[in-house]
Amino acid sequence: MAECHPVGFQWVMEARERGATIIHVDPRFTRTSAVADEHVPIRVGTDVAFLGGLINHVLQGEHWFREYVLAYTNASTIVNEEYRDTEDLAGWFSGWDEESGAYDVASWSYEGMEPPAAAGKREQAAQSTGEQSHGAHGAELQDGEPPATDATLQHPRCVFQVLKRHFARYTPEMVERTCGIGQDQFARVADALVRNSGRERTSAFVYSVGWTHHTTGTQYIRSASILQLLLGNIGRPGGGIMALRGHASIQGSTDIPTLYNILPGYLPMPHAGQDTSLDAYVETNTPPGGYWGRTREYTVSLLKAWWGDAATPENDFCFDLIPKLTGDHSIYPTVMGMRDGSVEGFFVMGENPTVGSANAKLHRLGMANLKWLVVRDLQMVESATFWKDGPEIETGELRTQDIETEVFYLPGAAHTEKDGSFTNTQRLLQWHHKAVEPPGDCRSELHFMFHLIARIRSKLEASTEARDRAILDLKWDYPTHGPTTEPSAEAVLKEISGYTTADGAAISGYTELKGDGSTASGCWIYCGTYADEVNQAARRKPGREQTWVAPEWGWAWPMNRRILYNRASADPEGRPWSERKRYVFWDAEKETWTGADVPDFQADKAPDYVPEEGAQAEMALRGDEPFVMQADGKGWLYVPSGLVDGPLPAHYEPHESPARNPLYPEVQASPTRQRFEREDNLYNPTWGEPGADVFPFALMTYRIAEHHTAGGMSRWLPYLSELAPEPFVEISPELAALRGLEHRGWATIVSMRTAIEARVLVTDRMRPQTIDGREVHTVGLPYHWGPNGLSTGDSANDLLPIVLDRNVHISEFKAATCDVQPGRRPVGPALLDYVQDYRRRAGA
Amino acid sequence: MTVTYGEEARERVGFFTDTSLCIGCKACEVACKEWNAVPEDGLDFMGLSMDNTGGLGADTWRHVAFVEQRVQLEDVEGLRWLMSSDVCKHCTHAACLDVCPTGSLFRTEFGTVVVQEDICNGCGYCVPACPFGVLDKREEDGRVWKCTLCYDRLRDDQEPACAKACPTDSIQFGPLEVLRVHAKGRVEELHERGQDGARLYLDSPDDGVGGAGAFFLLLDEPEVYGLPPDPVDCTRDLGESWRAAGAAAVTLAAVVAGAVLVGRRFA
Repeated sequence: MAECHPVGFQWVMEARERGATIIHVDPRFTRTSAVADEHVPIRVGTDVAFLGGLINHVLQGEHWFREYVLAYTNASTIVNEEYRDTEDLAGWFSGWDEESGAYDVASWSYEGMEPPAAAGKREQAAQSTGEQSHGAHGAELQDGEPPATDATLQHPRCVFQVLKRHFARYTPEMVERTCGIGQDQFARVADALVRNSGRERTSAFVYSVGWTHHTTGTQYIRSASILQLLLGNIGRPGGGIMALRGHASIQGSTDIPTLYNILPGYLPMPHAGQDTSLDAYVETNTPPGGYWGRTREYTVSLLKAWWGDAATPENDFCFDLIPKLTGDHSIYPTVMGMRDGSVEGFFVMGENPTVGSANAKLHRLGMANLKWLVVRDLQMVESATFWKDGPEIETGELRTQDIETEVFYLPGAAHTEKDGSFTNTQRLLQWHHKAVEPPGDCRSELHFMFHLIARIRSKLEASTEARDRAILDLKWDYPTHGPTTEPSAEAVLKEISGYTTADGAAISGYTELKGDGSTASGCWIYCGTYADEVNQAARRKPGREQTWVAPEWGWAWPMNRRILYNRASADPEGRPWSERKRYVFWDAEKETWTGADVPDFQADKAPDYVPEEGAQAEMALRGDEPFVMQADGKGWLYVPSGLVDGPLPAHYEPHESPARNPLYPEVQASPTRQRFEREDNLYNPTWGEPGADVFPFALMTYRIAEHHTAGGMSRWLPYLSELAPEPFVEISPELAALRGLEHRGWATIVSMRTAIEARVLVTDRMRPQTIDGREVHTVGLPYHWGPNGLSTGDSANDLLPIVLDRNVHISEFKAATCDVQPGRRPVGPALLDYVQDYRRRAGA
Repeated sequence: MTVTYGEEARERVGFFTDTSLCIGCKACEVACKEWNAVPEDGLDFMGLSMDNTGGLGADTWRHVAFVEQRVQLEDVEGLRWLMSSDVCKHCTHAACLDVCPTGSLFRTEFGTVVVQEDICNGCGYCVPACPFGVLDKREEDGRVWKCTLCYDRLRDDQEPACAKACPTDSIQFGPLEVLRVHAKGRVEELHERGQDGARLYLDSPDDGVGGAGAFFLLLDEPEVYGLPPDPVDCTRDLGESWRAAGAAAVTLAAVVAGAVLVGRRFA
């Protein structure tokens, strides 16, 4: 965190100074490790084993927060008797279908319930997906209550017992064998965590996107969720799981998504064939309990924001105009579609995939096969110039004159040159005002999108084609100003926040949204950002002039709540768990929830509220059920639906690994990982396969403080470039000796994809580990570089394979294998021969 | 020391760089260069741990040192990674200022030491005079450049750019007396926490430079960070030396005169 988020890390330092214990779990020893109380050097790709070890410690040692777990989690819910655990099936969950390469998730459901997904949806799950199958919104529970529970937690099939059996294997010895973490250190960490959790104390987990960059990334986060729920660290001050995002407003880009499978506010993207009408879509995605019970209100308000007066009850509020999913349209299959000719055009906005994507070479080859490409960036990044000076031009694989892609480069305005908001990891929207005009032709994204659509509309004006209605009927009336006719960002914010369609008056929160077309809101969770006709995100009242929660600095979704699920900061009766951790609680006299934050609960719902039969949405949740987005109001230790790779986390090795899986020797890597067996995406043989010894070392990629992601915002700046002027590879003195690598000399790093070169940094911060009795060396590569800019060099991501977590389609950037050799790599066509030789030796 | 400013004299200000709070982000290096328009000075991979800057110079006024040390932890051999942001010390007894023949180097009303770029003639006398190797000539223009403690910002009641940018308050700016008191407390606090190696560096008015305007809390010996353990203002004994030289000259003259007289007598 100090490495990649140094500004946010000031608060960790402040916590440390006030006595907090800082534990840093990371394969590399970073600037964070330097100031932490404990650095835990974990082998890359083994976090589920480590977290599983902690879960086992908490369960076996009876360290869990009994009252919290009993009342607020699904620990007592009884699971379907068809369910079989990895303990029963040697590493597999029940429902595996070898032919489709996917799980049938029916047996994972709660006892006495319909399978969580209809047959059609299970097929989808098999195809690809997680979010869009949308069990994540809550199992389909009648009246919000699971049919079978055991409050004594003794039933052998209750979640608690299932959990206990599942994690019993994750012993300190197993953690040591798998992760390379000594048992003494593991005991210290476990003790610190337990000591700092409970009624009086809370512990927080912070992770960066490195956790998500694995074929089991979703289950990493799940493991942390289980642990935090068991310890009572969710919904309470000082607790939680904080996801540090890759750069500014990545949180915003999932809330108002740039993802193919969700609509604003995490509404699922409709599926072709299945979501044939608004009613069908709403029915599929409306669980009986919790706030997703209002899916119709959110969806209709979104449609009204987009299509305005054209959206009427008679035409399903233009639901038909939303594009429908026909399969996995995530980025990597799309890139392969470029290569294979099914994708013709591509917008790249503020991203540099030819440096930042896994198997970036495939990205370049794909982009060289497009009809058109639009790149908008602050700098002339590699994604805009690969056709004239990319690595494939050097090797002769591509010739400029053969590339037919028409490339449009459009310079972008920086955040200081435009109005807008950032949404940070706390879901806090902070407005920034334009300080200076953008230079020359530079324009904001808002300007680009607004005028692009306006131009397309004028070209389509005379069209009577049904397919053009989606654009022609758009409500596209944002006011513009200034010499560049910049659209008003505040007008967009107001539309996102919401208004009543009759008079355009701002509305103050999502509970006011209606399903009859009388309200519009571009993103239901942001509803209220413009309450009282005021840009709430632009508030900057200094902290010293308000309470410690600082509710008047910016605006946090939803409803300006600073801690989600904060009803859990009080006990079931509504009293603070302790005075020390007092936050949101029930005021019996005034019959309202109150406290330091906006309660994440209906303000007047008493702790002893019990829903009447047939109650819907939030009214179907009891007064002591804090997890209001879940159909049962509970935190899920066990996930009966919504994930495609298992209801519980299990440790599987990375797709390419230098070690075998000690936990489940029969299942080396995640069975559901999404593979692409192609000539242009060859995989290194992993442990146990012939040829694995050709790539004997673990490889990890990462960021360093000196540069920013794929370099567009740092490699063109002299003051940043001089701090880390070229790619380097971090290796231990032991590996240096083994391979004859010289400090400050050159190394060539090789995978089945390609070979790159980097300067050698021999450092004690890298250490070989003993894994399952064998010595494993790890090679560390920052990934920031490419051939353009001031600070240049080979791209580490060229080495990585495309292999994805099937829940979310994120690639395994953080764990692979490689070889490393002294000296510079061959140039030109000789590089291809060099890599070909490796492929031959590895048995390709 | 700012007595010559009369009523214009301001409270002496400085830096307290608390390396126990440094996370090595180098924001200070960048903020300094941005604010003061200091040129980029080389895209060299140095491999000094995470440091590719190397040291202070004409084009580097803040420099973060990274020191990797093998240490014995409870059960295993561990690693300690020290980080420290170095800067011009703005000495109480500043040799650079004493040896400057043009008056380019001067003591400001804040008690800081600044080079005036329009007066410096590039003679370079100050370069060897500095016990820390801070003063350095910019080869392209022949003049000497160094940290001004953001003299322009001070005059606008702004803190220096590096301190402003430091996310963890490792670089603290303020009245020197206040910083010294705070620093003493901080060392005691760290000692109580078992950080026995914590010590202040250049905080004492009794040291070889009369105490620095930019002083440090270090976690190890100064040499570990590349700092001289006992720096001395080379002009400190100048008065003494001249007096001694004068006395020697008088003695010599007397001896010569005596010899002449004696010689005459014997002539």
